[in-house]
Amino acid sequence: MPEIHQFFQQLINGIALGGMYALIALGYTMVYGIVELINFAHGDVYTLGSYFSLSILALIPLSRYTGGWQLWLIASCVIVLAALLCGIVGVLIERLAYRRLRNAPRLAPLITAIGVSLILENLMQIWKGTSEVPFPQFLPGGLGVPDNVFVVAGVGIHERALIVVVVSILAMLALNLLVFRTKLGTAMRATAQDRDAAQLMGININGTIAWTFFIGAALAGVAGFISGIYYGTTFFLNGYQAGLKAFTAAVLGGIGNITGAMLGGFLIGIVEAMTSQYISDQWTSVVVFSILILILVFRPSGLLGEQVPEKV
Amino acid sequence: MALLELRALCKNFGGLAAVNNLTLDVQAGSIISLIGPNGAGKSTVFNLITGIYAPTGGSIVFEHRTLNGMRPDRVTAAGIARTFQNIRLFSFMSVLENVMVGRNARMHASIADSALRTRRATREDREVEHRARELLDFFGLTSYGSEWARNLPYGMQRRLEIARALASDPRLLLLDEPGAGTNPAEKQALMRLVQSVRERGVTVLLIEHDMHLVMGISDAVHVLDYGEQIACGPPDRVRHDPRVIEAYLGKGA
Amino acid sequence: MKRVLPLVIIVALAFVPLLDRNASHISAYADTGGLVLLAFGLNIIVGYTGLLALGFAAFFAIGAYTYAFLASPQFGIHLNFWPMIGVSAAVAGLFGLVLGAPTLRLRGDYLAIVTLGFGEIVPQVLQNLDKWTGGPDGIAGIDQPRLFGFGFGFNPVPYYYLYLAIILVSLWLLNNLRHSRIGRSWMAIREDELAAAHMGINTTTAKLAAFSLGAAFAGVAGVLFAAKLSTVSPSGFDFNTSVMILAALVLGGMGNLPGVITGAVIIGLLNFLILPQATNWVQTLGQQMHIAVLASVDLNQYRFLVYGIILVTVMLFRPEGLIPSATRRAELHAEASSGAPAQADG
Repeated sequence: MPEIHQFFQQLINGIALGGMYALIALGYTMVYGIVELINFAHGDVYTLGSYFSLSILALIPLSRYTGGWQLWLIASCVIVLAALLCGIVGVLIERLAYRRLRNAPRLAPLITAIGVSLILENLMQIWKGTSEVPFPQFLPGGLGVPDNVFVVAGVGIHERALIVVVVSILAMLALNLLVFRTKLGTAMRATAQDRDAAQLMGININGTIAWTFFIGAALAGVAGFISGIYYGTTFFLNGYQAGLKAFTAAVLGGIGNITGAMLGGFLIGIVEAMTSQYISDQWTSVVVFSILILILVFRPSGLLGEQVPEKV
Repeated sequence: MALLELRALCKNFGGLAAVNNLTLDVQAGSIISLIGPNGAGKSTVFNLITGIYAPTGGSIVFEHRTLNGMRPDRVTAAGIARTFQNIRLFSFMSVLENVMVGRNARMHASIADSALRTRRATREDREVEHRARELLDFFGLTSYGSEWARNLPYGMQRRLEIARALASDPRLLLLDEPGAGTNPAEKQALMRLVQSVRERGVTVLLIEHDMHLVMGISDAVHVLDYGEQIACGPPDRVRHDPRVIEAYLGKGA
Repeated sequence: MKRVLPLVIIVALAFVPLLDRNASHISAYADTGGLVLLAFGLNIIVGYTGLLALGFAAFFAIGAYTYAFLASPQFGIHLNFWPMIGVSAAVAGLFGLVLGAPTLRLRGDYLAIVTLGFGEIVPQVLQNLDKWTGGPDGIAGIDQPRLFGFGFGFNPVPYYYLYLAIILVSLWLLNNLRHSRIGRSWMAIREDELAAAHMGINTTTAKLAAFSLGAAFAGVAGVLFAAKLSTVSPSGFDFNTSVMILAALVLGGMGNLPGVITGAVIIGLLNFLILPQATNWVQTLGQQMHIAVLASVDLNQYRFLVYGIILVTVMLFRPEGLIPSATRRAELHAEASSGAPAQADG
């Protein structure tokens, strides 16, 4: 393949990867924005999304003849259900593990979050075992049909990559509407800016924080479903690395900044794809985590975040 | 030459001038008060002197050394100690340890000395503890020595902050509203304490919100309003300055 | 009593290998000693200075590989074990400085993430640079210590005594540090960094000292680990190891040496002795009773579930750990107990 085609091929892979990272990063950034907590367990909620999807799919009698609109309908239902279940898990985590520690020293909830992450990973390990779990080839052409490759100007675009990009962009648009056009979104932004003032304005703080966890976790659930389609497998430890990379994306974009998380997600996806193409697969996490450290050292506010001076 | 000289000191936050063109001399051995309404920029002046902020313009000269942009720990080593408007003690360290930490700037034990308990480290630690106990005595805190700082009554916490600051043997002590939140009797006692600190040879720059409180003990009073110095001089003159009355009571008073 | 109890414990510990002749038990005790050393190091950073470091195992790896490089057939270099304890401590401490210098001014949770990233990078790099590090297989044939002509070999007993000796020396050092100029500086930084700076404490230097001293402890633990096992590979130094050390610290009680030791001993015995033993028993039982589920059970894989539960429940219900320092207990319960009189620990 000519050099330039290879580049564009990886660019498309990177955008697809980035879509998933962006969806996960949104959960980190929203939760951090509102309670200043790095929700370490968030990456595992993403894995949980693909595990829930698998279990829901197992309930639906699928055959290789299921196709066309039926598949679209089933896929939509599975996405919504997986997102809903993940959202509920997110709310439960907040309620059981974090809320008590909201005013504790900063270390405390972070340590709890690591604990929750370990617990989730182990529960998933018990649930579906320690090896990779195959995910149904669930594509518009029909179940088990290899995915179409559109060739545009010599660059092959896989159907599954396209699905990932389209779904993630739709989810992000929906989130933008919710955050900037609804009453709940206004409450969330107000609480993130100044919790006490928001409370004085009659905003239900606990409710708003719970909704933030719900939405973040639901987006991770969506990411979990499409990652299953994209990779064709899932694994109980996926969420650790994916979560850390998505967190890098959130930091790169400017933590607390929703647009930044999306931008950061796509950038990290592209960086990862390019690293695996031009350096080597095994260096991708080293490169991504080096970016994480460099950003935190040289521009902790990220690309779009604002520098907030510490109060004396 | 004065002990501390502020020359045309400015500090802007964004477009807002918190301190504007402040010139002020603190003569060695005096008690100088910085007064003014809330938000006048008094604490910002302290934060500029002790290196929390770097000045936007002007200079801070202490004993012929320019302090502009010097780190807080270096400022303390240079001979300036301070207290904070909202008490900032080391809550979960003992009262004695708080004062001992205050001595840090005058200590020489290296980490290796500390780890190996060299003779030098143990001797120094004994001396520091001895001095700290003296200070606790002076401030009437002896009986609280092994309590946590946070368990002291409020007024005692204010005293402890001053004791901790004095542990570094400062030539200049910056007191940021030491009487805030205490009752009138405690306030009077504090002012007497400030005078006795001066008698120990320490020059005092005092921030106070309440003008009347400082009148009796100050050699000179500087009045800030919206970051600008609107009056300065001996207490009696400042008290009757129309601009000061206006700043405190509002126009038309 | 307060002075007698530690002596009794030390004497009792010295007799353990004479009473327990099972080599695998002694080996597990020795490995537990390694965890105690690691917890000592992390305690300086997290417990005393209040900085959260998450990828602590990276420094453990650096210590272990430093020794592996300089005392194995890998490069044909065979330096003597004993001075290498100091060298590896210094190398790990240096890495602590290099990582800490640009990052220690970050806020607490950002620092946690930076160290976590570092903790991911180090084993990955060790795995990828296979020309030098042996890749995923690591380095084997690492030299084992000799003392007065006596070779330690794979006999766990001398390692047990070595760990015990190093832990005792460490305890002396740490206790000195805690009650000294630098120890007070660390705690002042933990309590209020800005006020600490106004006491003339160079907070950057003090934090760097905590960071690199903590890393140096991990470096020492690394040398002993590599020497006892005679082999190192990247997988032994991943996030799981960092979590294990953190769990030990959280369980026992941060900032307090008896607590740190207790936590590390419990987690260590659980990890190195109890879970493997219990797995054996259950499997044997399963085989004899012909219960397939039991015969193939592996309790070891649930240890991170246990650590997770420990982290969550301890932080929620007993944040000061099992044996807290008086200080930390009140601090972490500050909300509930405000104003309650209490004595400071000296």
